[in-house]
Amino acid sequence: MMNPLHTSRRWFLEQCGVGLGAAALADLAGAAPAADPMAVKKGHFEGKAKSVIFLFMAGAPSHLEMWDYKPKLEKFSGTLPPPELLKGYRAAFINPNSRLLGPKFKFKQYGQSGAWASELVPHTSAIVDDLTIVKSCVTDAFNHAPGQLMMNTGAQIFGRPSFGAWVTYGLGSESRDLPAFVVFSSGKKGPSGGNSCWGSGFLPTLYQGVQFRGTGDPVLYLSNPPGVDNQTQRESLDAIQKLNTMRLNTVGDPEISTRISSFEMAFRMQSSVPELMDLSKEPQSVLDSYGAVPGKPSFANNCLLARRLVERGVRFVQLYHEAWDQHGNLVKDITANCKDTDQACAALVKDLKQRGLLDSTLVVWGGEFGRTPMVQGGDDGRDHHPNAFTMWMAGGGMKPGVVLGETDDLGFNVSKEKVHVHDLHATLLHALGFDHTKLTFRFQGRDFRLTDVHGNVVKQMLA
Amino acid sequence: MKLLLLALPAATLAVAFPAAAAPVDFVRDVQPILQKSCYGCHGEKSQMASLRLDARAAALRGGLSGKTIVPGKSAESSLYLRVAGVGEQARMPMGMKTLRLEQIAVIKQWIDEGAVWPDRAAGAASAEVKKHWAFQPPQRAGVPKASQPAWVRNPIDAFVLARLDKEAMKPSSAADKTTLLRRLSLDLIGLPPTPADVAAFLADKSPTAYEKQVDRLLRSPHYGERWARHWLDAARYADSDGFEKDKQRQVWFFRDWVINAFNRDLPYNQFITEQLAGDLLPNATQDQMVATGFLRNSMINEEGGIDPEQFRMESMFDRMDAIGKSMLGLTINCAQCHTHKYDPILHEDYYKLFAFLNNANEANAAVYTPDEQRQRAGIFRQIREIEGEMQQQSPDWVERMARWEAQAKANQPDWVPLEIAAEDISTGGQKYLPMGDASMLAQGYAPTKHRVKLLAKSKLPRITAVRLELINDPNLPLGGPGRSVKGTGALTEFAMEVGEGPKPEAVKFARATADVNPAERELEPMFYDKSTRRRVTGPVDYAIDGNTDTAWGIDMGPGRTNVPRKAVFTLTKPVENAADSSLTIYLQQNHGGWNSDDNMNHNLGRFRLSVTSAENAEADPLPANVRAILAADAARRTPAQQQAVFSYWRTTVPEWSKENARIEELWRQHPAGSSQLILSERQGEMRTTRLLTRGDFLKPANPVKPGVPAFLNQLPPDAGATRLTLARWMTDRQAPTTARAFVNRVWQSYFGTGIVATSEDFGRQSEAPSHQDLLDWLAVELMEPSAKGVTPWSAKHLHRLIVTSNTYRQSSAVTPEALAKDPYNRMLARGARLRVEGEIVRDITLAASGLLSPRIGGPNVYPPAPDFLFQPPTSYGPKQWHEEHGEDRYRRALYTHRYRSVPYPMLQNFDTPNGDASCVRRTRSNTPLQALTSLNEPLFMEAARALARKTVTEGGTSEAAQLDFAFRRVVARAPSAAEKSELLALLEKQTQRFGASVDKAWEMAAPNSWERLPLPPRATIGQLAAWTTVSRVLLNLDEAITKE
Repeated sequence: MMNPLHTSRRWFLEQCGVGLGAAALADLAGAAPAADPMAVKKGHFEGKAKSVIFLFMAGAPSHLEMWDYKPKLEKFSGTLPPPELLKGYRAAFINPNSRLLGPKFKFKQYGQSGAWASELVPHTSAIVDDLTIVKSCVTDAFNHAPGQLMMNTGAQIFGRPSFGAWVTYGLGSESRDLPAFVVFSSGKKGPSGGNSCWGSGFLPTLYQGVQFRGTGDPVLYLSNPPGVDNQTQRESLDAIQKLNTMRLNTVGDPEISTRISSFEMAFRMQSSVPELMDLSKEPQSVLDSYGAVPGKPSFANNCLLARRLVERGVRFVQLYHEAWDQHGNLVKDITANCKDTDQACAALVKDLKQRGLLDSTLVVWGGEFGRTPMVQGGDDGRDHHPNAFTMWMAGGGMKPGVVLGETDDLGFNVSKEKVHVHDLHATLLHALGFDHTKLTFRFQGRDFRLTDVHGNVVKQMLA
Repeated sequence: MKLLLLALPAATLAVAFPAAAAPVDFVRDVQPILQKSCYGCHGEKSQMASLRLDARAAALRGGLSGKTIVPGKSAESSLYLRVAGVGEQARMPMGMKTLRLEQIAVIKQWIDEGAVWPDRAAGAASAEVKKHWAFQPPQRAGVPKASQPAWVRNPIDAFVLARLDKEAMKPSSAADKTTLLRRLSLDLIGLPPTPADVAAFLADKSPTAYEKQVDRLLRSPHYGERWARHWLDAARYADSDGFEKDKQRQVWFFRDWVINAFNRDLPYNQFITEQLAGDLLPNATQDQMVATGFLRNSMINEEGGIDPEQFRMESMFDRMDAIGKSMLGLTINCAQCHTHKYDPILHEDYYKLFAFLNNANEANAAVYTPDEQRQRAGIFRQIREIEGEMQQQSPDWVERMARWEAQAKANQPDWVPLEIAAEDISTGGQKYLPMGDASMLAQGYAPTKHRVKLLAKSKLPRITAVRLELINDPNLPLGGPGRSVKGTGALTEFAMEVGEGPKPEAVKFARATADVNPAERELEPMFYDKSTRRRVTGPVDYAIDGNTDTAWGIDMGPGRTNVPRKAVFTLTKPVENAADSSLTIYLQQNHGGWNSDDNMNHNLGRFRLSVTSAENAEADPLPANVRAILAADAARRTPAQQQAVFSYWRTTVPEWSKENARIEELWRQHPAGSSQLILSERQGEMRTTRLLTRGDFLKPANPVKPGVPAFLNQLPPDAGATRLTLARWMTDRQAPTTARAFVNRVWQSYFGTGIVATSEDFGRQSEAPSHQDLLDWLAVELMEPSAKGVTPWSAKHLHRLIVTSNTYRQSSAVTPEALAKDPYNRMLARGARLRVEGEIVRDITLAASGLLSPRIGGPNVYPPAPDFLFQPPTSYGPKQWHEEHGEDRYRRALYTHRYRSVPYPMLQNFDTPNGDASCVRRTRSNTPLQALTSLNEPLFMEAARALARKTVTEGGTSEAAQLDFAFRRVVARAPSAAEKSELLALLEKQTQRFGASVDKAWEMAAPNSWERLPLPPRATIGQLAAWTTVSRVLLNLDEAITKE
C-alpha cells in the first residue's frame, strides 16, 4: 500500500509551500490520501445502480389497502379465519382468532402490466409500468423496532450495520462535499429503531447515515455560530490549516492531513448544503409535481431533496415517513398518509426518469412488515403482520412493469415466489454490483454480511 | 497482481523480513496463516485435491498435485508457489483474498529453514483447536535478554525490544517532558495537565520526577472517571431503555460504582465478581447489588405488541454477548444458534453458561447515596429508640400485644381468589401475565390511561364483597406494587358486572375500605396530562365515586410506598346464585400523564382479585408482613419479627398517640432516594434453561444444567450452580482469557491497538498477538504480582508498569520510512499518537477554557443540545432534555445523559458508542462532521469565549504573553515562532474587524445573557472578540484533541 504520508507531504511541498489558500486545499481534498475510506470503490461487478433512494414507510402500511387486492377477503369479511392458518401464529396485540376485515378501498388494474392498485395511490398507480412490485415480501419480526432493524440491517437485534452503511462501505462516496449517506425523517414520529436504523454497527462510524432536516440547520452545526461571518470563518480555517500543516511537518502523522481535508470539506459543506436544501430555485412545475413547498418541511420536499442529493453524487438517501401504524382509524389515517406520500413518490420516479437518472438510481418503497387480514378493535384497524407485505422498486437494475409474487386469498401468507428480507437485500446489492456473499466485514473473528448466512438473488426482479 | 509479485525481487521481501534475525516459529507464525486461509478446503472437514494441511504427516505427504512442502526448498514447494502465485497453476487460496506479502514471506522462510513442524502441533486441527494459545492458562514468560539493557526500565521494554530487534527496528527517543506529561495526564485521568502542572514537572529535576507524576495522577479521583468510561463501553451503559420508546432509566449508581471501583483499585477479579453476582455475596451491600447493574444494561422493549418473554430472552443474549466480549474475550454469542464454527464452544455450552444467569429477576431497587444512607440509618435508629422507650414505659406490652394478636388473628373472612383473564382489546397494549397464584403482573407497554376488562367465573354462590390485593414483585419498579417509576399505582374507578350477554348487570357498591387511605392530594408533575382538570389521589372511596378525576392512591411517602396494599369493595346488594356466573371487573387506570412513550404511567403492577360471602368484610388493616408473622408459629418468632408486629400494634394503641406522631414525623424525613436496575435471584424453584434451537426462544429443546465449555478451566468441585460460581470460575488463576482480555484492552487504550488486535475475540479466528510473551507476562503479573505489597489483580499496578516503561515514553513523531514499515505501530518503535475519545475531546475543551466542573458522580446532566432532536419526527416520541444552566452545563462528558435512540450529537460525531451492544474497541474516525462540530457547536463556542476572557484577564499584558498563555492551556507546550506569528497575525486582523463593529464583537464574545460580564480591565470588546476567534482556532487544532 502507498504510504499516505508521502502523498500528503508531496502535496504540501508542491501545493502549499507558499500560502495555504482554499484553492490548494480543495485540490488536496480531491486527491485524498490513499487510505481514504470514502474513496470510490468498485463492486464485484458492474452494477446498474449507483445510488439508492429508500422510501421507508415506517409503522408498516397495509398491503391489503394499497397493493394486494383480495376480493375473497372482502367476501369473508366478518367471519373468523380458518383455524389452520393461525397455527403457531403470534400476533402483537390482537387475539389472532379475530374476524376478517375486507379491504377498505376500491382496486383497479393499471398500465401494461395490469398491476392492481387501490384508489389510495392514484399517482403511483399511474406509473406501475416503471415499477417492480413485490407482493410476496416476508420478514421475521412483528414489532416495530425489531422489524425496522430487520429491514435496515438484516437482523432484529441492535448492533449490525445498516444497508446504507454497507453500500457506502462497499462503494465509497462520489461526493466530496456532501455525506455519502443522508437520512430524512417526516411524519408523526421518528422511526422506532432510532438512530440504529441508519447506524454503522461494527463498520467504521463514518459509514453511518447523517440526518438532514428540512428546517433550520439542515445538518447539525452547519451554520457559523453567532458573531462568526464567512470572512472570520475562512480566516480561522486558514489559521487552523496552517498550524496543522506545521504540526504535520513536525510529527509526520498522516491523520493530520486527513483532518486538514475534513476541515476543508466541512467548509465546503457550509455552502454546498444550504445550496442543496434551497428548493426555491426549482421551477414551479417541478415543485408542483412533487407537491413540494419551499420552506415547509414535508415528505414531498424530502423526495425532491433526495433527487437533488443523488444528482450531486450522494450514494444512499433514506426517507423515513413514520405514520403507518393503523391499529385503528385505518380509513382516515391511511388516506391521509397516501395523500402525503403518493404524489411525491410517483413524481420522484418520473423526475429521475426524465433526467436520465433512474437507470442508475434504485428507488425502494416499503415498510417493515404488513398488516393482518384480521381486524383490530371495532372494524377500522389492523395489527402487525410479518407473513406477507408489498414493496415496490424502480430504476437502477430493476425490471420495470413486473409484479412478482402472490399471497393466498386472504393476503395472510405468501403463496408464490416468496421474497424474504434477506432475499430482497441480496437482490438490491446485486443491482449495486455486489455479490451479497462477498460484501463482508471481519468482526469478532467472523466475516459478517448484510444477509448473514441467508439470501438469494431474485432474478425475476432484475432487468 | 501476479506480474507485480513476480517482478518483486526476492530482496524486497528479505529486507522487510530479515531471515537471519529470527527463525520462523510454526505454531506462532505459520499455523495461523494456514488455519485462516487453507484449512477451509484442506483441513479436517474437506481435503480438496486430497490435500490436508492441518496435520503434519498428511501435509508432508502432499496431495494430488504432488509434494506440497519440500523442506529447505521453497522453490520446489507448491505450498509457497501456489500462495505466491508463481507458475501456471491457479493461485491459492482460491476464491479468497490472496495472502499478504509478509505472510507469503513467512511461509517461504519457514520452508527454507527446513519446515520445522514441532511434535506438539503435529496432530490434526481438531486436537489442535484445544491447543490454541489463548485457551491455555497464561504462564509467566521468561523476560528476554535485552540487546540494549540501558533502554529497559521494566520487562515490558525487554519484550518490546526483542521484537524490534527481530524486525531490525529501533526504538524512538523519549518524548520531551511536556509532551510526555500531557500524554500521561490524558491517559490516566482523561484531562490535560494545567500549565501549573507542566511547570512543576519541568522544574522537578529529581530522578523520580516522572514517577511522582504517575503517582499523583493515579491518586486523582479523575482516574476513576477516565477508566470507568472504557468499562462502561464494554458494559453497554446508557441512560435509556432503547427500542422505540427509549424511556429514561436510572442507572447512574452503576456508573458511579464503576468510577469508585477504579478509584479504590478494587481488584479486577472482585470487580467482575460483584458485577456478575454481587447480590449473592454474603451480607451484600448496596454497592455490591448496584454492581449487578452490569447485567441489566440490556435494552428493554416496551412496544405495544411485544411478548415480554421474547425480550427477556433478548436481554439474556445481550448479557451473554457482553460477558463474552468484555470479560472472557470470546465470541460466545456465535454458539447461541449453533456450535461455534471456529472455537470449540458447543451450542450446548452456550446454554450451560446461560443457565447460570437465567434464574434472576429483572429488578429495579431503591438506592441511596452515602448521605442518604446515613440519614436513613439515623431515622431507623431514632424510631427504635422511641419504640424502646414505649416498651420500657409499659412493661406489660408483651401480654397486651399477645391479647391483641389473639383477637386480630381471627378477624378475617375467607376470600376465594378469582382466576381472571384480561380481554386483549381493553389492555391498551399492556400485557397481563398470569403468575400462577391467581395474580396478574402487568408488563410491556404501559398505557397511561386505560380501563382493563377482566373476566372471571365466580366459584361462590353468594358474593358480598370483592377484594383487590396489590402485590409486590421484584420485576416492578422498586418492587411495586405499581408500575410508576416510584412503584406506585392509582385506581381511578373500580366496577363490576355480573352475567353474560349484551346486558350484564352492573353491581353497585355500598362502600370501600382499604389498609391505607391517604389524604387527598394533587397528582405529581410526572403524571401531568395537559388537561386543566384537578386530578387527585386520595382514600379508597375515590375508586367508586364515579369521578374519573379522583383515584385511590397508595403512595405513603418515601420508605413506605413499596409494600402490598389491599382494598375491599362491599356490594350494596349481595349477588345471589352466583356460582359459575360470569363476573366482569373493570380496573380503570386514568391517572397517568399525557405521554405513554415516557415514564408517565400510574398503573397497578401486580394484583389479585378475590371474593367473599362473608358479611361486613373489610380490608385487613394489618400490613401483609405482620399478617404473615401472625399466621406463623409464634414460638419460632424472631426478635425482628416481634419488633415488626410491635411497630404495627403500637399505632393502634391510643395512649401512644404522641410517640406515634413523633415516629410519623421521622418517616416524613426519609429521603426519596433513587433507583437502579439490578439483578436479583428468584426465590423458589429454579427456572429451567433449555437449549434453544437456532437461538429461537420459540424452539426450546433439551433442558440444560449450568456448566462451562470443556476446553476452558473447569468448575471448582461441589460448586453450586449460581452466578457466584460463574464469577469464581471466570476469575480463577487457570482461566485462560480473563486476565489476558483485560490486560489487552488496557494496552489497546494506551497504544491504539491491543497486543491482540481483535480485543473482543481471543479465539482461533483472532489475529495473532504482536507480543504474545508480553501479553502473557502482563496477564500473570496482574494475577500474581512480582512486586512486594502489590495486591493481586490491581489495575493500578498494571497502569504503573505500562506508563513507566520506556516503550510508553517514546516520542510519537514518525518518519515516512518508519510509517511505511509499520503503519499501525504494532512493533512499538514509537509512541502512540491518537485522537482522544469523544468524551475527552469535550473534556479537554472544557478544561482548557476553565469552564470544566470537577464534580464527580451523581445524576446525569443535560448540556446544550438542539431541541428538535428530542421531538418527533426526529425522535420516536417526545423526550425530556432540560438544558443545564449552572455548573452542570460543564461537567465531564461522561455524565452527559445518554439516550440510546438519540445519541448526544457531539459525542456521536466523535465515535462514542451508543450502548446498543457491548463495545470493547471503538472506531476512531476523522470526518467533516467532527470539524463542523468543533467549529460551530454551541458548547465549543462557549469554551472558546471563556478561554478568550481568561486569556485577556489572566494571560499577561502583552499579546505575545497572552498567546503563550492560551496556547499552553490548550496543548500544554509553548507555540513555535512560526505558530506565534501566524496566530498573532490573525489576532491583529480580527481585532481590527471587531474593533470596527462593537455589536458584532459583543455577538462574538458574549451572545448568551450569562456571558455578558463586565469587560476585563484594559480590554475592549473588540479584543475579547478577536481573542475568541484565536481561542476557537486553538481548540480546533488537531493537536488539541490528540494525545501525542
